[in-house]
Amino acid sequence: MESLRGKVAIVGAADTEVGVVPHTGATALCVDAITRALDDAGLAKNDVDGLVTCNSMTEPYLYHAEMIAEYLQIFPRYCLGIGAGGGTALAVMHHAASAIATGVCETVVVGMADNLRSGMTRERAMITQSSAGHPQFESPYGPTVPAFYALIARAYMEAYGATSEQLAAVAVNSRNHALLNPHAQMRTPIPVDDVLASRMIAQPLHLLDCSLVSDGGAAVVLTSAERAADLKQQPVYLLGAGEGHGYEHISQAHSLTTSAAVESGARAYEMAGLGPRDIDVAELYDCFTPVVLIELEDLGFCGKGEAGAFVEAGHLAIGGSLPTNTHGGLLSHCHPGNPGSMFALTEAVQQLRRNAGERQVKNAQTALVHAQGGTMSSHCTLILGREKN
Amino acid sequence: MSKQSSRRLPVPTPETAPYWEACHDHRLLIQKCADCGKYQFYPRSICSHCTSTNIIWVEAAGCGTVISYTIMHRAISEGYAKTGPRVLALIRLEEDVQMMSNIVECDPEQVKIGMAVEVTFEDWSDEISMPMYRPAGNR
Repeated sequence: MESLRGKVAIVGAADTEVGVVPHTGATALCVDAITRALDDAGLAKNDVDGLVTCNSMTEPYLYHAEMIAEYLQIFPRYCLGIGAGGGTALAVMHHAASAIATGVCETVVVGMADNLRSGMTRERAMITQSSAGHPQFESPYGPTVPAFYALIARAYMEAYGATSEQLAAVAVNSRNHALLNPHAQMRTPIPVDDVLASRMIAQPLHLLDCSLVSDGGAAVVLTSAERAADLKQQPVYLLGAGEGHGYEHISQAHSLTTSAAVESGARAYEMAGLGPRDIDVAELYDCFTPVVLIELEDLGFCGKGEAGAFVEAGHLAIGGSLPTNTHGGLLSHCHPGNPGSMFALTEAVQQLRRNAGERQVKNAQTALVHAQGGTMSSHCTLILGREKN
Repeated sequence: MSKQSSRRLPVPTPETAPYWEACHDHRLLIQKCADCGKYQFYPRSICSHCTSTNIIWVEAAGCGTVISYTIMHRAISEGYAKTGPRVLALIRLEEDVQMMSNIVECDPEQVKIGMAVEVTFEDWSDEISMPMYRPAGNR
């Protein structure tokens, strides 16, 4: 199989205002993200011949991408609306890249937004998100999304002796980075003790182990490496992409402590010809703190059961050996639902352009972005770089 | 039954109707493949091990162990809040299948990974009885 490595580049990337954005709706946020990313790329809407979106929970359309194309009055030859979970944003990147590499289209915009914070009540948002549970064999037992992840957290802590303090260290790291990001939703420092003292949601997960409920959108523009060379931004090349799928419902998981990030990571590293030691910046899906620990291990950044100590030692800090979630992540930057991992992607682009201001990782050459959907169910790993080769 | 109505009742499908009918009689049925001999849960139209359609329903022993659990301090909705914090758990049955349930008839703080549990049923409507688990040997 011919590899996608270095064939396609991200040439535009932008976020909308994020956090609490009550003055607009999910459709408008998606369109705002797309037009900002096109401006960033120095392209006009008529340059776009491919469009990828994910559906909104507050303003759903049966055929969402087609609806956004109509709204923008663009007439793409490639149009794909995705209804998957948190892994959505990243998985569509290699679909879009394949379309470009095979000549189906030339320039794809991936735009995603939602406004779970302002567009629905907190109760409605909880119920909508927890509808990921199996309608017959899970949902009747009353699970919340934090409870699904608490099952993983408890099993992981039992298997490896990880502590609540180690989970909290993940939240503290993200918050420290959010303090350097003027756009982040949460910008008050939190020590470990604050995390441990926050309200218990689903044991062992405290409120501050859980990600935010936010409004916001983000978009990226992709085109061929050849075309990218003529555009205004430093191209950020797609070097590797891989998916891994273990199950959909947590009650069907074959393991609660090792995920299909093992497979998605290995596939992405193989395509990129790189390994964990070659990664300068990591943006890891952090809907709940224990998820980051398992991802660090399954993506090969440390051994199984070692992630808690790895985080406590400060490796994830900017200036550490693996600066992680440099924008503040889903825990402190924003989490509008399905589009969540888009912000990790736009952050990786800013880092590789060396345009991340106070939170810039020095000489960042490569970035790994990882997302998962369901309950640690479906994983996607991307590896990006400043150089094609 | 007004209290029950705000809970999320399962709606049986053709594959799962025999399961829910048995639950109604307080019996836990799981599927066994007549070709490869393996069990599966949730109910499916084929054997997920060997794709055989030669599937039979068998009564599970109803005994298992807790492989993980959480105490939900924040209930998903009113209908689940009235009885206090619920324990959500994953149970591995003796037949080597896994299911989600609640742990009942037990102080939530006493639940542990590895704890032996046995099935019991709660009648939630005229049609639906839900399999729940309680510490083994409770009665």
